Amino acid sequence: MPRRDTAHELLDDDDRRGLLHHMLLMRAVEERGLALYKQGKVPGSFYDGRGQEALSVGATWALAAEDAVCSPLIRDLGAHLVRGTDLAEIFRHYMGRENALSRGREGNIHFGDRRAGVVGPVSMLPDMMVVAVGLAMAYRMRGESRCALTFFGDGATSRGDWHEAMNWAGLDKLPVVFVMENNQLAYSTPTARQYAVNPVERAAGYGIAAVTVDGNDVEAVFGAASVARERALAGEGPTLIEAQTMRMHGHGAHDDARYVSADLVASWAQRDPIDRYVAALELREVDVAAIRAEVAEAVDSAVAAALETGMPDPASATLGVFHEGEPEPLGSGGRAPWSGFALVGASA
Amino acid sequence: MPSMTYLQAISDALREEMRADERVFVMGEDVGAFGGAFKVTDGLLDEFGAERVRDTPIAEAAIVGTAVGAAIAGLRPVCEMQFADFVACGFDQLVNVAGKMHYRLGLAVPLTVRLPSGGGFSGGPFHSQNPEAWFMHAPGIKVVAPSTPEDAKGLLISAIRDPNPVVFLEHKHLYRRVKGEVPEGPYTTELRARVAREGSDLTVIAYGAMVHTALEATEDLDGASIEVLDLRSLVPLDEEAILASVRKTSKVLVVDEANQTCAAGAEVAALIADRAFEDLDGPVRRLATPDVPIPFSPPLEQAVLPSVERMKEACRELLAY
Repeated sequence: MPRRDTAHELLDDDDRRGLLHHMLLMRAVEERGLALYKQGKVPGSFYDGRGQEALSVGATWALAAEDAVCSPLIRDLGAHLVRGTDLAEIFRHYMGRENALSRGREGNIHFGDRRAGVVGPVSMLPDMMVVAVGLAMAYRMRGESRCALTFFGDGATSRGDWHEAMNWAGLDKLPVVFVMENNQLAYSTPTARQYAVNPVERAAGYGIAAVTVDGNDVEAVFGAASVARERALAGEGPTLIEAQTMRMHGHGAHDDARYVSADLVASWAQRDPIDRYVAALELREVDVAAIRAEVAEAVDSAVAAALETGMPDPASATLGVFHEGEPEPLGSGGRAPWSGFALVGASA
Repeated sequence: MPSMTYLQAISDALREEMRADERVFVMGEDVGAFGGAFKVTDGLLDEFGAERVRDTPIAEAAIVGTAVGAAIAGLRPVCEMQFADFVACGFDQLVNVAGKMHYRLGLAVPLTVRLPSGGGFSGGPFHSQNPEAWFMHAPGIKVVAPSTPEDAKGLLISAIRDPNPVVFLEHKHLYRRVKGEVPEGPYTTELRARVAREGSDLTVIAYGAMVHTALEATEDLDGASIEVLDLRSLVPLDEEAILASVRKTSKVLVVDEANQTCAAGAEVAALIADRAFEDLDGPVRRLATPDVPIPFSPPLEQAVLPSVERMKEACRELLAY
């Protein structure tokens, strides 16, 4: 498939409806999750990516079924949703109820539907970036036309694993897409206190191409991820995509984010990714109200189903530390809703 | 049956498994054309090519972490840390990513990490460590430590075929010093203990290089009949074999070349005190390297590593109890 640098040439109206649907779904799931948390139904803590919905939705939309997401992080619920993760299971997971994703062993954002090619994260960031490089290495070793996509924040770029992953992937030109979510803050630490030089400027030092996009423009994010994926599959190596956005809530529900200036929040509120895309699609006469209704219905029935599920059996707490028998590798059948895949077959 | 060194047996295991299973590959620093710092992987590059014998940058976290990625993609990576000591640089990836993946997310990680461990040759503090206890303490990681060439081959093959992360401790001071009969072709060794020598008066429990020290120390000790139990596997620990031996002899000395505090032997001793109390005719004694970094100069190093002499002394005391 010939390369395009402008996303609008790669998306049709079904894609646009799908992109909005998934952004609205992410926001709705997180709003409902936060409500459940405040009702005491979600143990531990609650994290959301409010204001960052375009990022994970746009990036994941560019992936083929056999590509891996390793891994969505704290603000990337959209990635799980695009890949087809069951909504009721997500709510069960949040509430610590019996579920197939994590069986109650993990909470909040720590999940991933392995059958959909999604690896769940660990808390040490950006450990999963290195694992993504390993997946890409395996795909290259087996001569498969697949890539791995990984997310990490501005703060995670300070850790050694970031450097090791960049160096390794750049050295071998591995088919991996690095999505850096620059949402201005790592908990309370602004980027000015995180690094002397923006990682995007340093990427060339690893032999890696870099691009900056408006992380709140879902089509721009899709476009950048799509190009990065093509480059990866063509053997041109990784791309570091800096998607600029803003974390509109605190680090977690327990954080009132008083350290963030009201002006900064207000200016980013004008750039809300959902508001912008709704406006753009209304101009195209898309029935946004119908999409909102679909989303509300889906969330309502998922929550209802999840609330009927019991807690895990305490006796199961010590089971499953080790696997027995032949292991099942990471699935290669994630949902890949982009219309372009239907046109060209599996992957370009 | 061919006779080969401990090192040759490890190479043989790698060769057999790479021939049998195209998913198996090796990666580490200098493992390719150079054949590895100790030459364990010598010849593998010629036979299997660069895609399956991969030289890596100096990046232990990435060696382990990319191996996790490859493993969940369906391959069978065998990582080499150039020295066991350097696994500390990949600790987080091994303990937090590899070890916990299956419990949390149901994704198996069939990964093997080879650790050339142990001292006794003036390697100094960073080339002589025995870090097995760090990984015994981390749920989700199996830990094996052969003492013979036959077990080195069988346990490495078992480790490679295991669908879980396995840390394989190959004691480098045994590489060329220990030779033995090794069956041809592939075979697996069960992750269980082995009675290295049967006895009835006292049991010495050891693993790795200390098995040889124990055999030497107790071969002709005042006519006593001393059993030497070679643990071979630390996780899973062969509780049945340990308790059966104590039941038989009633006295036990647990030996570690690793630093004393929280070494594998501490877990063994606690197990015995808990479950074999009625069978004991003396306290559970331990002999271990004191809690010091392993020193470089020979008289210092010999003063801290458990020696044949100190082992004889400990056995005599316990026999007389």
